[in-house]
Amino acid sequence: MASETTAGTIAPATSADGVWGFSRAQLAALGVLIAFLAIAPFFLYPVFLMKLLCFALFACAFNLLIGYVGLLSFGHAAYFGMGGYIAGYTAKAYGISPEIAVLAGAAVAGIQGWVFGWIAIRRQGIYFAMITLAMAQMVYFFCVQAPFTGGEDGIQAIPRGSLFGSISLASDMTMYWFVAAVFLIGFLLVHRIIHSPYGQVLKAIRENEPRATSLGYRTDDYKLVAFILSATLAGVAGGVKSLVFGIATLTDVHWSMSGEVVLMTLVGGLGTVFGPVVGAAVIVTMQNYLAEMGAWVTVIQGAIFVAVVLAFRRGIVGEIAHALRVKL
Amino acid sequence: MLNRRGVLAAGAAGAMLPGPLSRARAQANTIRLGVLSDMSGPYRDATGPGCVVMTQAAVAEFGARGFNVEVVQADHQNRPDVGANIARQWYDQGVDVVLDVPTSSVALAVNQIAREKNKVFLNSGAATSDLTGSQCSPNTVHWTYDTWMLAKGTGAAIVRTGGDSWFFITADYAFGHALQRDTTRFVEAAGGRVLGAARYPFPATTDFSAFVVQAQASRAKVLGMANASTDTVNTIKAAREFGLHRSMKLAALLMGLVDVHALGLESGQGLLLTESFYWDLNDRTRALTARVRAQNQGRPPAMVQAGCYGAALHYLKAVADIGVAAAKADGRAAVARMKAMPTDDDAFGPGRIREDGRKLHPVFLFEVKSPAESRGPWDYYKVAATTPGEDAFRPQAEGGCALVRS
Amino acid sequence: MLEFLESITGVPTPLLFGQLLLGLINGAFYAMLSLGLAVIFGLLNIINFTHGAQFMMGAFVAWMLLNWLGLGYWWALLLAPLIVGATGVIIERTMISRLYKLDHLYGLLLTFGIGLMIEGVFRNEFGSSGLPYRIPAELQGAWDLGFMFMPIYRGWVVLFALICCLATWLVIEKTRLGAYLRAATENAALVQAFGVNVPRMITLTYGAGVALAALAGVLAAPIYSVNPQMGTNLIIVVFAVVVIGGMGSILGSVLTGFGLGIIEGLTKVYWPEASATVIFVIMAIVLLTRPAGLFGRA
Repeated sequence: MASETTAGTIAPATSADGVWGFSRAQLAALGVLIAFLAIAPFFLYPVFLMKLLCFALFACAFNLLIGYVGLLSFGHAAYFGMGGYIAGYTAKAYGISPEIAVLAGAAVAGIQGWVFGWIAIRRQGIYFAMITLAMAQMVYFFCVQAPFTGGEDGIQAIPRGSLFGSISLASDMTMYWFVAAVFLIGFLLVHRIIHSPYGQVLKAIRENEPRATSLGYRTDDYKLVAFILSATLAGVAGGVKSLVFGIATLTDVHWSMSGEVVLMTLVGGLGTVFGPVVGAAVIVTMQNYLAEMGAWVTVIQGAIFVAVVLAFRRGIVGEIAHALRVKL
Repeated sequence: MLNRRGVLAAGAAGAMLPGPLSRARAQANTIRLGVLSDMSGPYRDATGPGCVVMTQAAVAEFGARGFNVEVVQADHQNRPDVGANIARQWYDQGVDVVLDVPTSSVALAVNQIAREKNKVFLNSGAATSDLTGSQCSPNTVHWTYDTWMLAKGTGAAIVRTGGDSWFFITADYAFGHALQRDTTRFVEAAGGRVLGAARYPFPATTDFSAFVVQAQASRAKVLGMANASTDTVNTIKAAREFGLHRSMKLAALLMGLVDVHALGLESGQGLLLTESFYWDLNDRTRALTARVRAQNQGRPPAMVQAGCYGAALHYLKAVADIGVAAAKADGRAAVARMKAMPTDDDAFGPGRIREDGRKLHPVFLFEVKSPAESRGPWDYYKVAATTPGEDAFRPQAEGGCALVRS
Repeated sequence: MLEFLESITGVPTPLLFGQLLLGLINGAFYAMLSLGLAVIFGLLNIINFTHGAQFMMGAFVAWMLLNWLGLGYWWALLLAPLIVGATGVIIERTMISRLYKLDHLYGLLLTFGIGLMIEGVFRNEFGSSGLPYRIPAELQGAWDLGFMFMPIYRGWVVLFALICCLATWLVIEKTRLGAYLRAATENAALVQAFGVNVPRMITLTYGAGVALAALAGVLAAPIYSVNPQMGTNLIIVVFAVVVIGGMGSILGSVLTGFGLGIIEGLTKVYWPEASATVIFVIMAIVLLTRPAGLFGRA
C-alpha cells in the first residue's frame, strides 16, 4: 500500500496507527477542530457556521469515494439535494421530528446511491465521472418536474421541529449544537470506516484492483458499499442543511453543486482527513464574500480549480502535512 | 501545525466579525436599503446592477429630508441559501429593507426572514403570485408584476383583438404550468379556445423546432409561450424559421425589453408581450429614463429595474411620514403606512398598494415593432392594449392571503 | 406500419417524418461534439470538459466577427474554428501539457475549471440574455416537402455536419498523418523514436478537436440563442452520448450522435416529458449490457 504521498496520484493514503486510527498529529488537529466547534458560535454567525458544517460533512462524504477508493463522482449533488428534499418534505408535510426527517433523507439518498452506484461502478476513471454526472442530471430533471419538490419555488418554510420530540431547535444556538453533533459523528464515522479492515481493502482496490481481485476480494461489492455510504452521508448533510435554512431547492441538485463539492475537497486536499473540512470552510467563506463583491463568482471558482490542479495538487491540508511531514 | 490551523481559524473569525455592525449602531438616523439581486446569472440584465442604479435614482429624487439613506448591494447567485444568509445578516446588521430579489425560490425565502425579523421586503424581480397569496406577509410589498397579471394581460387582451384559438408551448415545471393554466382560464373566459399544448423538458431543451411544428399542425391562431428568457428566445427563433409567424400570432407570456434586445427586431417583430413599464410610454417615463440612462450603461431601465425605483421611493415617503425611528423599529408599521398612502412615481404613475401587499398599476400589452418602424436603439414597443390597475391583478378574495379579512 | 403507428399513437405520419428530420439536426450537433471529444480523448486521454465553453465561444466569435469586423457567416465558418482552435492550442501548451504524467482525472478537473472561467468571463462581458445572430441570406427560407416545411438552414446543418464528420474520419483513417496519430495513441514513445514530433501532434490534435466544437457553435448561432450558458446543458448530454458510443472509434461516435438525436426526436413526439432523460436512460441500459459502450473496446 502506498504510504508515500506523491503528487501524481489522486489521493494519498493514510495508514492506521496511534489512537483510534488517528496519528498524533491528527489527534492534535482533531482537538483544534473540536475546540473550534465549541467556541466558534460565540463569535461567529451561527447560521453561517451551520452552513459551513453541512458542506464540510458533504465534502467528507465525497472524499470517502475519491480519497480512499479513487472514484471521482461528478454527480454528488443528486444525493445531497435529494436528502434535503426528502428531509424537508417529511418534516413539513408530516411534521415528524428532525432526526427522523434527516434519517429519511439519508435513507432515500442511500437507496439512490445503491442504484446509481450499481450502474456506475462498471466503468472507472473519467467514464465513471461522466456517468455519475449524467445520472445526477436525470435526478435534477426529475426534481424540476416532481410535484413534491415545489419546482423552482422549492420547499419553503420547513419547520426545524423538536429534537426527539422534546428539544426545540427553533433558536439558532440549539440548532447549531445539533448540527455540530451530526457533523462530528459523520466525520468520525468516515474516519472509522477508512481505518476498518473494510477500509484497508478499499485502499488495496484503489492501488491495484486486479491484484485485489486475485486475492479473492469481490472488488465491485466493496466499491458499491463505499458508494452507498458516501451517498447516504451526503444525504444526511443535505437533510440537515434544509432544516437549518428551512428551504430545499433546485440549487442543491444542480450539477454546479457537484462541481463545488469537488472543488472543496480538492482545495482542502484529496484523501486527507481534515482537507474536506478546511476546503469547505474556504469555499463557503469565499462565497459569502463574493456575494458582496459582484459578478465574478464563477470566474474565481474556475481559477481556483486551475490553480490547485496546476500548482498545489495536495491541497491546503495536504501541503501543510507535507511541509510538516505528518499525516493530517 | 497547531499554529497554522490557529492562524487560519483566527483569520476566518476576524473576517467574519461583521464590520457594519458597529457602524449600524452609530447611524440611528440612517435608512439602509439592500438591493439583493442576481448580479452574475441569467437575470442580471433584466434586474441586477440596473436595479441598484434605479434605487439610487429614487434616493436622489427623494432628496434630503432629515435622514440619510444608504444603498448596499449583494449577489444572491440565484441560490436560496446564499440569499437567505445575506438577508439574515443584513437585517441583523441594520439594513431596513431588502429590495428586488428575482428568482421565486430566493424571494419566498427572504419573505419568511423579513417577517420573522419584522423588517421590510420590497419585491420587484420575482414572478410568483404566492407572495401576495398563500405566503403573503405584512412585511412584504410585491411591486412590479406576477404570473397572474402576465397571464391576464396577455390572454384576455389578445382574445379581444381576435386571437381566439391558442396553442401552448410550455416549460414542464411549476412556473410554466401556472402560466399556461392561468392564461387558459382568461382565454376561455373571453370566449377563446385552447387547441392543444406541448410540454417540453425544462431546462434541457434548446431545440424547439419539434414543438413549433406541432403548433403549426394545430392550426391555432395564437402561439402562447409559457416559458421565460432564453427558452422564449429560442422558441421564437425556431418559429420564424418555420414560417410560423405567417399564420400565427406569437404571444410571449414572460418576456422583457432585454429579451427583445437579445432577439433582435428582425426575429421579434409582431411579438405580443405584457409589461407594466416601458421607458417610452409617456413624458414622465421618458424624463426618468433621461435621468438614469448614463448610469445604466446607456440602456433605458427595464420593468423590474423601474420597480426597484418605484418601491424604494414610496418606502422613503412612508418613512418620512412615520419618522425614521419608528420605521427602523417596526417594519410592519412602515409597510402599513405604505399601504395607507397612495403611490405616485414617474415610472408607474398614480396607484396604490392593497392589503395583501400587491401594488396596483396599469398593465400594457405591447407589440414589438418591425425594424422599419423602430426609430432608433431601444425603440421596440408600441402599445396594443391597456388594462387598468384595479382589473389587472388577481382579486384579493381569490389569492387566499390570510391578511385579508373576508 | 405507419398507419398502424398513427392509429395507436394518434400522431399523424407527416408530423412523425418531420420529427425524424428534426432529430437528425439535433444528432448533427451531438455527432460533431462527441467526435471532437473522441479525437481529443484518443490521443490525450483527457475528457475535455471545456468543450461546451468552446462550442459557445464558436458562436460568440461568429457574432464578434459580424458586429466588430463586418465579416458574415461564411467567414465565420472559416475563421471562428481557427481562432477558437488557436486558443485551444494555447490552453494545451500552457496548462494541459503539464498533466500528461498524472492521473487522467486531473485533466478533467482542469478543463472543468477552465470552462467555468470562460463562461464567467463571457457572462461579464456580454451579459446573460444572449445576442442576436441572423441566418445568412443565402440559406433563408424553407422547402415545402409536402408533409412539412423544412427550413433550408437546417438542411444545411445536417449536410455540413456530415461532411465534417466524414472528412475527420478520412483524415484519421486514410492519411499518413492519421496513421501517425493512431500509432501515437498506441505507443507514443515508439512514434517519437521514428522522428515524429509527438508533443506538437498532441497540441494540434487538441486544437483540431476544439475547432470542431467551435464549428458546431457557428452552425448553432443562427438557430439557437447565443448566450454564455448555451454549451453547458448540451455538453452533459454529449457526455452521455460518448459513454453510450464508447470512445474507441470515430465512426462509432458519429453514428451514436446521429442515432441518439433521432431517438430523442421521436421521444419528443410520443412522450415529450421524457425527451430530456431518454438519452440518460439509454446510457444506463447500455452500461448494464455492454459496459464498454456500443463501439468501445473494453
